[in-house]
Amino acid sequence: MDQMSIDAARGSWPKGLTRVPFQVYQDPSLLEQEQQLLFEGPVWNFLCIETDIPNPGDWRTTFVGRMPVVVVRTDAGTIAGFENRCLHRGSLICLDNAGNAKDFTCVYHAWRYDLSGNLKSIAFRKGVNGKGGMPDSFNPDDHATRKLRIETISGLVFGTFSDATPDIESFIGPEVSAALRKTASRKLQVIGRFTEVLPNNWKLYAENVRDTYHASLLHVFFATFRINRLSQGGGVSVSETGACHVSTTLAPTQETDSAYDGMRSVDDGLLLSDPTMLDAEDEHGDRVRQQILSVFPSFAMQRTYNVMAIRQFVPRGVDKTDLNWIYLGYADDTPELRRRRLKQLNLAGPAGFVSMEDGCIGNFVERGSVAAPKGVSLLEMGGGGTESQDTRATETAIRGFWRVWRGIMGQ
Amino acid sequence: MSPASETLFRIAALNADYAAAIDDDRLEDWPAFFLEECLYKITSADNLRDGNEAGIVYADSRAMLADRVLALRRANIYERQMYRHIVGTPRLTGTQAADITAETPFLVVRTMRDGRIDLFVAGRYRDRLYDDAGALRFKERIVICDSSHFDTLVAIPL
Repeated sequence: MDQMSIDAARGSWPKGLTRVPFQVYQDPSLLEQEQQLLFEGPVWNFLCIETDIPNPGDWRTTFVGRMPVVVVRTDAGTIAGFENRCLHRGSLICLDNAGNAKDFTCVYHAWRYDLSGNLKSIAFRKGVNGKGGMPDSFNPDDHATRKLRIETISGLVFGTFSDATPDIESFIGPEVSAALRKTASRKLQVIGRFTEVLPNNWKLYAENVRDTYHASLLHVFFATFRINRLSQGGGVSVSETGACHVSTTLAPTQETDSAYDGMRSVDDGLLLSDPTMLDAEDEHGDRVRQQILSVFPSFAMQRTYNVMAIRQFVPRGVDKTDLNWIYLGYADDTPELRRRRLKQLNLAGPAGFVSMEDGCIGNFVERGSVAAPKGVSLLEMGGGGTESQDTRATETAIRGFWRVWRGIMGQ
Repeated sequence: MSPASETLFRIAALNADYAAAIDDDRLEDWPAFFLEECLYKITSADNLRDGNEAGIVYADSRAMLADRVLALRRANIYERQMYRHIVGTPRLTGTQAADITAETPFLVVRTMRDGRIDLFVAGRYRDRLYDDAGALRFKERIVICDSSHFDTLVAIPL
C-alpha cells in the first residue's frame, strides 16, 4: 500500500498506541471536550508554587485548561482554589497575576467573595430606598464558585475538579515522585517568569516534553557540546498509567563516541569562547546532567546542569498555546550557585540554546500536516508499549500520554 | 554643542550602529559593542518589578555574546526572519567621568520568510556606557521588554 492508502485505511487510532491521527491537533470541537473531560477531569493541574502565596490573603491567578482560576492562601493557612468567574454575570473576579486581599470583590456589580471563593455579600441586595433589590428567596449561602481540590507535593500546588482523581503521590507514581522530591528538596525561589506563545496545539508540546528521542537531534547545541547525547547513560521511567514520566541523562563517562557520526548534529569543531556558561556544580551528587519530568496533562519540571525550571502549558485555542516558564533557584542558594543558574538559563526558555527549537517545531508539524487530518504520526521507537526503558531512544513516554488522553476522552 | 548634547548624540549614533548590525544580519559585529566584561540581559518590566534576576538571555562577557552568535549560526534551528529596530531618542540618566547611564525606548518589527510582519517587542534599553578610549561601549545593556510574552521564540538578539 502507498502512504495515502495507509493513511486512509487507518483514519483514526489504528494499531495500538503507535499511530496518532493529525486530526486530534486540528479539530476545534476537541477543545471543549478536553476542557470538560480532561482538564476538569481526573487529573492534577499545576497551579503555583507554595512560596508564591506565603501569607494569608496572598493570591495568584492561573489556568486549568482554558478555565481561569484563583489560588489563595486562606486565613487558616490552607490553600484554596476556585474558578475566577463571578457568579453574577461571569466576569473575572481577579484581574491581575498576583496580589494580597482580605476578600475579593467583582468590579462589575461588587459581589463579594471570601478567600475560599464563597459568596459573602452582594451590593444593593435589599434594593435602594425600599425599591428593587434581590428577591427574599435569594440566599448567598446557596452560591459558591467552582472549587478545586488542592494537594501539594514538595512545595508545588496542584488542583483537581474531579472526586475520582487519586491522591497526587499515587497519580504521579513512585519514580516521578522521587525525582520531584529531589529537585524540590529545598525551599524554591522564583527567579524569572516568561511566557512563550506557541503557534500550535497544546498536545504537540505535551508530546515534545515526553519525547526523549528528539533532544539531541533537534537541539544540535546539546550534541555538539556533549551536554546530552543518547549515548550518555540514562533512561526514561513512565508511571503505571502512562500519565507521568521522568527522563534522565547522566554526565558522559567518555569524551568521544561514534553514535552521531554523519548526522547534522555533529560539529565537533565547535568550542565555546566562554565555557563558564556550562560550569556546573553536581548539587545533588547524582551525576544528572539533565532530567525532565512531566505530570499529565500540562506540567513539566526540568533540571539541566544547575538550571531548574517549571513549564506549564495553557491551551489558548486549537492552534495556540501559552507556555509559561518559571525559572527557579533555592532560597538558600549561594551567590556563586545563583550566578551559575543565571548563566546556564541561556539553555532554557524562549531564547534557550536547547529549547528555542521546541517553540517552533509544533508549528512545523501543524503546517506539514494541514492537509492530512486523516494522516497519522508514527510512534514506534522503543516498541509499542508505555513501559519504562533504560534508553532514551524511545517514544514510550509519548505513548503513555496518548494512553491516558484516549482513556479520558473515550477514544 | 554642549557636553550633554554631544554625549546624547554619541549614544544615538551608537544605538543606530547597534541596530544596523543586528538588522543587517552582521551579528558577528554585535559583541564588539560591549566591553569584555559586561552584562547583557533580556528581561521584562514585570520581572524587574518583582526583583527576578533571571533573563531569557544573560551574558556576563563579550565572549558569551560571541558564543550566542556562534550557536545561532551553527547549532540552533529557527525559521529565516529579520528584525527592524526602531530606536527612540536616548534619555541621559547620569554621567560620572567615563561612566554614562541612559535609557532608550525601542520597537522591533519582525518579518518572517513567508511575509508575515509582526510588532515583535516593545521595550527600553537601560544602559551603562563606558568611554573606552574614545569609543563608547556598553558595560551593561538591560533589555527591558514591556511584556513577558514572546511569540514562538527569540533567536536574534534584541
